[in-house]
Amino acid sequence: MKLLAIDTATEACSAALYIDGNILEKYEVAPRQHAGLILPMVDALLAEAETELASLDGLAFGRGPGAFTGVRMATGIIQGLAFASDLPVVPISTLAAMAQGAADQSNTILSAIDARMGEIYWAIFSVGEDGLVTPLSDEQVSKPDTLSIELKSECFGVGTGWGSYENKLSSYAGTKLKGFDANRFPRASDILTLAINEFKQGNGVHAKDALPVYLRNKVTG
Amino acid sequence: MRVLGIETSCDETGIAIFDSEKGLLADALHSQVDLHKTYGGVVPELASRDHVRRIIPLIEKALADAGCAGKDLDGVAYTAGPGLVGALLVGTSVGRSLAYGWDIPAVAVHHMEAHLLAPMLEEESPSFPFLALLVSGGHTQLMQVNAAGDYLLLGESLDDAAGEAFDKTAKLLGLGYPGGAAMSELSKKGNSGRFKFPRPMTNRPGLDFSFSGLKTHALTTVRDNDDDEQTRADIARAFVEAVVDTLLIKCKRAMQETGITTLIAAGGVSANIQLRAGLKKMVTEQGGRVYFPRPEFCTDNGAMIAYAGYLRLKAGQKEPLAFAAHPRWPLAKPA
Repeated sequence: MKLLAIDTATEACSAALYIDGNILEKYEVAPRQHAGLILPMVDALLAEAETELASLDGLAFGRGPGAFTGVRMATGIIQGLAFASDLPVVPISTLAAMAQGAADQSNTILSAIDARMGEIYWAIFSVGEDGLVTPLSDEQVSKPDTLSIELKSECFGVGTGWGSYENKLSSYAGTKLKGFDANRFPRASDILTLAINEFKQGNGVHAKDALPVYLRNKVTG
Repeated sequence: MRVLGIETSCDETGIAIFDSEKGLLADALHSQVDLHKTYGGVVPELASRDHVRRIIPLIEKALADAGCAGKDLDGVAYTAGPGLVGALLVGTSVGRSLAYGWDIPAVAVHHMEAHLLAPMLEEESPSFPFLALLVSGGHTQLMQVNAAGDYLLLGESLDDAAGEAFDKTAKLLGLGYPGGAAMSELSKKGNSGRFKFPRPMTNRPGLDFSFSGLKTHALTTVRDNDDDEQTRADIARAFVEAVVDTLLIKCKRAMQETGITTLIAAGGVSANIQLRAGLKKMVTEQGGRVYFPRPEFCTDNGAMIAYAGYLRLKAGQKEPLAFAAHPRWPLAKPA
């Protein structure tokens, strides 16, 4: 199986290529520079692997939550690539991708992205025996001191939300908190890890149904 | 050469396919007017969210209407600015990656350049050089067009765009949003001469405009008079006459100053029938000729982007893989 994944939802920009068991990745933390970086990354990966878009089996992208314009950029890029090459798409949660990246840290992961306006995008994941994360909660946008789901086991935190609201999130997790990494962003290699499984189950969608998930839907005054 | 054009700079998703031999093969549009109506203006985030839902279905429709596939295209043109940055990024992302996926060139188009070239899509089209009056909700500019890509800015609005003044005054008169067309209709029932609005900046030299004063004048006129249907119509009449007159005076002055007798008018306000009639009369009297796009190409559309993109591609221009949106992007050098 050959898959390409991209993500531009947060300060980080990344693209990754999966070819029969191997993952190649380009990753850069470069706020507001994603439009200049993302397609050159894709092109470089395909060249390194000596393959082309049309020989791939599918595409995946970080469908949010994250910065609205960033999430839409990845969506637009994937829509264009998928439509042009007639490839199926698997949209992957950026919160799940971040949790997947920390899946070796604990059996429970709390992903939290700083959503500005005093809020975080967050969700809790459990790590299965196959090493893949699955959600234990809905994805939500809320104030960091209103998390109400009871943590049943030791937990590790990831994402910029942990940097911005360390005290509030630490006091929520209490003694169950094993540690956190506030510098972890969604990245395309983690999106691939989750997407491989989705493609095996035949869960790809058409380009026009590859759409963002914003979580924050009140956008008018 | 066959080019797909993508327009997402504001509140219309426009997709079209232009063929240099056969002309326009497809022209698909989704207007978000209803989406923004409740808010009395375009909400940028809502606009972006709608573009990303509509764009691929519209591209599919345009390709089906044209009876062609990606492999039959020679380029993808998309509006890269000026406009709302979030909205522009949808079209630029999809446009650039489509071109990459199809392995054909991509080209970034200037929205206002596309507007001023829109009359070239008509059977009777102007030849260079000509003067262009660009009048929309976001722009009021007088431009000297020497050739495609060679533009000289002769004058522009120092405050509100003409279309913005139309919409704001329409709102004052209770005509809803966007109210430009309704204003034009209402003004036909009005009596000329009951109210006299100023013709801003016409009694001094130069080709710049100012429309914010007209809006204020409308506000005080509404306040100082009875609120009945005839009075509203009379105010609308006085306002439309003032805007049209002002535009005519500056266009005439530009023709006299440059010696260029061919004029085009483009942008949403150029669909206004009073303006069209006035321009035809004035330009004919000056011994010149005036050209307009068909009314549906006065407002934002994909056809003008496909056409401007075709000219740019033909001239050898193309975009690298690193793309960009330019929310502010001057088209012409100042005169």
